[in-house]
Amino acid sequence: MSVAGDAAPRSASAWHVRLPVSLLVGAAIVLAWILIAFLGTAFVHHDPIAVDLVHALLPPSAQFPLGTDSFGRDVMTRLMYGARTDLQMAFFGVVGPFVIGTAIGLLAGNFGGILDSVLMRILDVTISFPYFVLVIAIVAVLEPGLTSYYISLTLVNWVSYARLVRSEVIVLRQADFVLAARTIGIGEIRVMSHHLLPNAISPAVVFVFTDAVLTIVLGSSLGFLGLGVQPPRAEWGVMIAEGQLYLASAWWIAVFPGIAISLLALGFSLVADGLAKLLHTAP
Amino acid sequence: MDRFAFVLRRPLQLVPVLIGISLVTFVLVQMMPGDPVRIMLGPRASADAIAAVRARYGLDQPILLQYGSYILNVLRADFGQSLAFRASVLDVILARLLPTICLLLYGLIMAVAFTVALAVAAARRPGRWIDQTVRLFCVAGVGLPSFWLGLMLIILFSLRLKLFPVSGFGESPIDVLWHLFLPALTIAIAVTPILTRNLRATLVAQSSADYAVAGRSKGLSENYVFFRHVFPNSLLPTISLLGIVVSFLIGGTVVVETVFNVPGMGQLLVRAVLLRDYFIVQGLTLFFAVGVVLTSFLVDIVTVALDPRVKL
Repeated sequence: MSVAGDAAPRSASAWHVRLPVSLLVGAAIVLAWILIAFLGTAFVHHDPIAVDLVHALLPPSAQFPLGTDSFGRDVMTRLMYGARTDLQMAFFGVVGPFVIGTAIGLLAGNFGGILDSVLMRILDVTISFPYFVLVIAIVAVLEPGLTSYYISLTLVNWVSYARLVRSEVIVLRQADFVLAARTIGIGEIRVMSHHLLPNAISPAVVFVFTDAVLTIVLGSSLGFLGLGVQPPRAEWGVMIAEGQLYLASAWWIAVFPGIAISLLALGFSLVADGLAKLLHTAP
Repeated sequence: MDRFAFVLRRPLQLVPVLIGISLVTFVLVQMMPGDPVRIMLGPRASADAIAAVRARYGLDQPILLQYGSYILNVLRADFGQSLAFRASVLDVILARLLPTICLLLYGLIMAVAFTVALAVAAARRPGRWIDQTVRLFCVAGVGLPSFWLGLMLIILFSLRLKLFPVSGFGESPIDVLWHLFLPALTIAIAVTPILTRNLRATLVAQSSADYAVAGRSKGLSENYVFFRHVFPNSLLPTISLLGIVVSFLIGGTVVVETVFNVPGMGQLLVRAVLLRDYFIVQGLTLFFAVGVVLTSFLVDIVTVALDPRVKL
């Protein structure tokens, strides 16, 4: 659909001109969070975990720019340490499925046969489960926590990458340059790694960033529900859960971590949007 | 009625998918730590009771036969017993079916209304500020966590403006609509970006299709061309997305029912996970998956009914 939409001249001019900007702005947002998470924490003087009941539930002030939570911890400090956790979730939650899915998609697309049929059946079954429900169910039988979340995402989500790469490879394996490569005697492994993969991987690379958005939103949701990162570790979803009890009296505990999630997610969304245009894949 | 022959054929094609779904839910419980029967009956169950349940669910047999008896039990609508709720899994789930279905339909109706309004506004003037604003909403909206959005709506509409209740389901139908307004709004906002992006793109593409140009050149007004010709012709791709959207909405109910304390299946899933009541988790996962499969089937029927050219 989007391909058809982009063909319309008026929309094309307006949407295209702004797109490199979306990539830059998105990358800047993500980079800013990385800096805050790994360098910014060196400049804060509060402890993200230590309880300090004397300073509990204080509104934003010069000493505590974003206020304090019910344990007297500085919300801004926890927000910065939370960025580490949520960025880590985005990274490890995406890397496994990307690598495994791309490899399987490449093999299935290139060789077809039983491997491909099996992949398609797995795909049919996986998309019948609400993604969220399946991830939660797998986390449930393992045990609530971050490791279970990564295992669960890898089990469920490699399928998305495999599908994207497979559908590219199926077209490319008949392309002239691939046939030419085979004709001059290049081995099957080298054909896959040097000819098929570089040309088939763009949609999967774009999806990495869309997927990072889903991974952060889902991971923080799990933290919120008590099924993900466990307190007292700072994680944005966990912080929002802690703030839920104080919505009426201390709104700042729940409000700021949500803005943080939305901003980081927006950064990844914009990168995906811009990359899609840059690499000429449909968003 | 040849076009609808697939309605009879499709259920057969769904068999592999349903087998796959049953395998996944079966393996889920196999993966769990500890003895399922002990978990089902509690730590003080007698050896006899354990043996009896073990035999009833075929757990004393080899794993393949266990899978067989799982299938037979599911076909007999026996999903096991819930220890935490002291009732059969089926009863526990059915008691929570209505709120979730109301929430899903309510959210879906809202999402469709938002989508049509936003996509039409954007596609009437592509590239202008309305279009850009809608686009920004589509990019940013995907990353808005529903649980946080729900809390923000509670702060604004329930605590400050006192327009809607903070939680619960309600008694009469009107009361239910009032109680579920904010939860439905929350899940609607979560899926609207996906639908809007899709519908806008189709509308823009169809606006410059030959039949639209022909309509304009014979003097039809822009409004007439857009709403009588372009709009109806743009709906199918978005309708075919509804299967995926329902799957998304179900995921949304898990979080939103917890935030707004709606006594539905999504909230039950979270509770069951925290209580380690695996048979409820298994039953719910099965229910939700079959729900998604049936929705996709319905969407196929609607698609064929709406467009005579489509053959399935």
